[in-house]
Amino acid sequence: MNKRELEIKVPVLARVEGEGSLELLIEGEELREAKLSIFEPPRLFEKFLEGRHYTEVPDLVARICGICPVAYQMSAVHALEGLFDTRISEWIRAMRRVYYCGEWIESHALHIHLLALPDFLGYQSAPEMAKDHPLAVKRGLRIQALGNDLIKLFGGRSVNPVGAEVGGFSGAPTKKEVNTLYSRLDQCIDESAELLEWLLTFSLPESNQDFPGVSLRHEYEYPMNEGRLASSDGLNIPVDAFENHFVERQVPHSTAFQCYRDDKAYLVGPLARCVLNSQHLNKQVKTILDAAKLKLNVGNSYHSLIARAMEILHAASEAKDLLRNYVKPNTTREKIITKAGVAIAATEAPRGTLWHRYEIDADGLVCKARIVPPTSQNQARIEADLRHALTTLGLYRPEEELRFQAEQIIRNYDPCISCATHFLDLRVNRQ
Amino acid sequence: MMKPRLAVHKFTSCDGCQLAILNMGEELLTLADLVDIVHFAEAGPVEPEAQVDIAIVEGSVSTPDELERIKRVRENSNCLITIGACATTGGIQALRNHQDSSQWVSDIYPQAQFIQSLNTSTAIREHVRVDFELWGCPVNSRQVKAMLRSLLFGVSPIDEKSSLCLECKRQQNPCVVVTKQEPCMGPLTRTGCGALCPHFGKACFACYGPSETVNSHSLVKRYQGFGVSKEDMIRRFNHIQNNAAAYKESVINIARNFDE
Repeated sequence: MNKRELEIKVPVLARVEGEGSLELLIEGEELREAKLSIFEPPRLFEKFLEGRHYTEVPDLVARICGICPVAYQMSAVHALEGLFDTRISEWIRAMRRVYYCGEWIESHALHIHLLALPDFLGYQSAPEMAKDHPLAVKRGLRIQALGNDLIKLFGGRSVNPVGAEVGGFSGAPTKKEVNTLYSRLDQCIDESAELLEWLLTFSLPESNQDFPGVSLRHEYEYPMNEGRLASSDGLNIPVDAFENHFVERQVPHSTAFQCYRDDKAYLVGPLARCVLNSQHLNKQVKTILDAAKLKLNVGNSYHSLIARAMEILHAASEAKDLLRNYVKPNTTREKIITKAGVAIAATEAPRGTLWHRYEIDADGLVCKARIVPPTSQNQARIEADLRHALTTLGLYRPEEELRFQAEQIIRNYDPCISCATHFLDLRVNRQ
Repeated sequence: MMKPRLAVHKFTSCDGCQLAILNMGEELLTLADLVDIVHFAEAGPVEPEAQVDIAIVEGSVSTPDELERIKRVRENSNCLITIGACATTGGIQALRNHQDSSQWVSDIYPQAQFIQSLNTSTAIREHVRVDFELWGCPVNSRQVKAMLRSLLFGVSPIDEKSSLCLECKRQQNPCVVVTKQEPCMGPLTRTGCGALCPHFGKACFACYGPSETVNSHSLVKRYQGFGVSKEDMIRRFNHIQNNAAAYKESVINIARNFDE
C-alpha cells in the first residue's frame, strides 16, 4: 500500500508565535489530516487584566502584540467608551483614524516586503533580496517608516505607543510636527501606487475556495473603529452580538483558540475588508485595480498580497485628507464618567477584526476580559486552505515543493510576524 | 576579515522589541552589511543552533522548552544581550508569579492539560549568564544601534541607568508632578525612551524599569499627599516591570507602611 506520512514542522510560528507545527497525514492519494499546531507560550493576559483600573487597559493590551498595538488600544478604548456613554469629538475621531492608518501602513508594508516578497521573488530574506532589488526594498522600508511616524505623532513611539487613552489622546502634536510629516505623504502616496501597480504585474496562483469573508462594515467610510459585522454570505449584526454567532474552540494541537462562525471557517483581514467594503475604497485604488483587470476573490488567499497594498494606498491617502487642515485643539480627551457593566467593541486590526469584551465594576476596575484576535479567527481557515492547496498541487510532489507551498499559504494570512517564519522542517515517514 | 555573526532569539514576548531592528528602515540593510545575521526568524534566516558572536534575546522564560533552549543559546554565543522587559525582568506576564497561575490557565483554556507552561515567567539572567541588558518595554532602535555599534568597536555598551527626570528636564517638558499633581513614575524609572509620556503631559508608567537609585519611600509619601490610594500606588509598581527587584521591594514596603 502506498501510504506516505508527512510531518511538517514550523518551529518558530508566532502570535500564535512560539512553536508551531504542521502535521500532514497522507495515505495514497488522500490527505487524511492537515493540522496547523500553534504553541505560542500562553501569556494569560485576560487574567492579569482582572483587577486593573480601566485607565490602565490601553497600555496593558498594547503589549499583547508588538506589531499591532494600536489595534488593541483602539478596540479597548471604544469598548470602554461605549459602556461609559462617552461622546468623542470629531477631532478625536479623525485623529484616531490617522493613528490607525499609520499602523495599517506599517504592518502591511512590513509584511509585504520583509515577509511575503522573498517567497515570490525567490530569496531567503529581505536584505538578501535587496542586493538584486534595492529600489523596491528601499521603497518598501520608506513606506513602513512613514506608517511608524504617523503612529509616533500621537503615540510617541510606534511599538507600545503611549498616547491613546479612554476618552481620547494624552496630547496632540503641534501644527509644525504635523506639517513635517504631511509634506512626506505625497511621496508615500506615489510610492504606494507604484507598489500596487508592481504587485499587480505578478502572476498569482489561481484558487477559488468557497468560504465567507468577515469584516466590519460602515455606512459611509472604510471600516476601522466603527460599524457592524458583515460577511460575504449575508451576515449583518451589531458587534455585541458576536458571541451569538462566533464560537472559539480549543484544539489539542494549539494554544490559540480556533474560532468558527455558525460552525464554519471564515476569513478576516485585508482581503475580506477590501471585498466587503470596495465601495468605500479610495478612487485611485479602484482605478489602479480596474486597469489591471483583477477581480479580488475572498476564495484566493494570494489576493491578500494585493489587498494589503491597496490598503496602504488607501490609508496614506486618507491620512493626507485628515491632516490637511490640522489644528491643535484645546482639549484632546473627553471627560469620563465611569459606570459598571459590560463593554464590547471590535475594530479592524491590520490582520482583521479584533473583538474585545470587558466587565467593569462600579470603581472602574476590570472584573473579566475576553479578547478574540484575528489570528485565532483565521486559523481554521488556514488549515482548510493548506488542505486545498496541497491537494491541488498534488500530494505526490517532492517534499520540498509541498513545504514551500505550505509556508507560502500560511504567510498569505500574515498570522503574525514570527508566524511567517521562513522555513518549515519537513519530516516524511513512508509506510 | 570575517563579519561578526549575529543571532536574534525569541522567547515569551509580544515580538515588539525585535521591531527595534525591523523598523530601522534602510539602516537594516546597513546592519546586514556589518554583521552576518545567521538566525532571526522574523526577518528570514533560521539557524537556531548556530555558533554566533552576538546573541540578542527577546522574551522571558515561561515554558519547560524555553528552560532548555536558553542554555543552548548561551553555549552557542560569545556575547549574550537581552532586549526588553520580558528578557530583562520577566515582563508583564511575570504578574502570574504572584498567583496560582495553573488556575489562570484553566480559567482561560477549557482543556488545560494541553498547555505547556511554567508557573513563572522569569528573566534570562535567572537562568544563564548575561553580558549586557537593554531595558525598556519596548527597547527602541537608538538603543539597539548604540549597543551594536559599541560591540563592533570592541567596547562595552553604555548602561543608561539615570532617572528619566534628567532627560525630561533636558527636553524642557513641564513637570507633571509639579504642574498637575500626577503620580509620575519618572523619578524611579531609568532613562532611554525619550520621556515620551511627560512630553504628552502624561505621568510616566515605568515601562523602562528601575533607575539606579530608587527612593520609593519618599516618592510614595509625596503621592499619598496627592490623594493616591494604596491600591493605585501598588498597581503602579506592580505593572510592566513588576518583577524588577527594586519595584518588588517597593510593593512590599507600600503594603506594610502606606497608612502610617
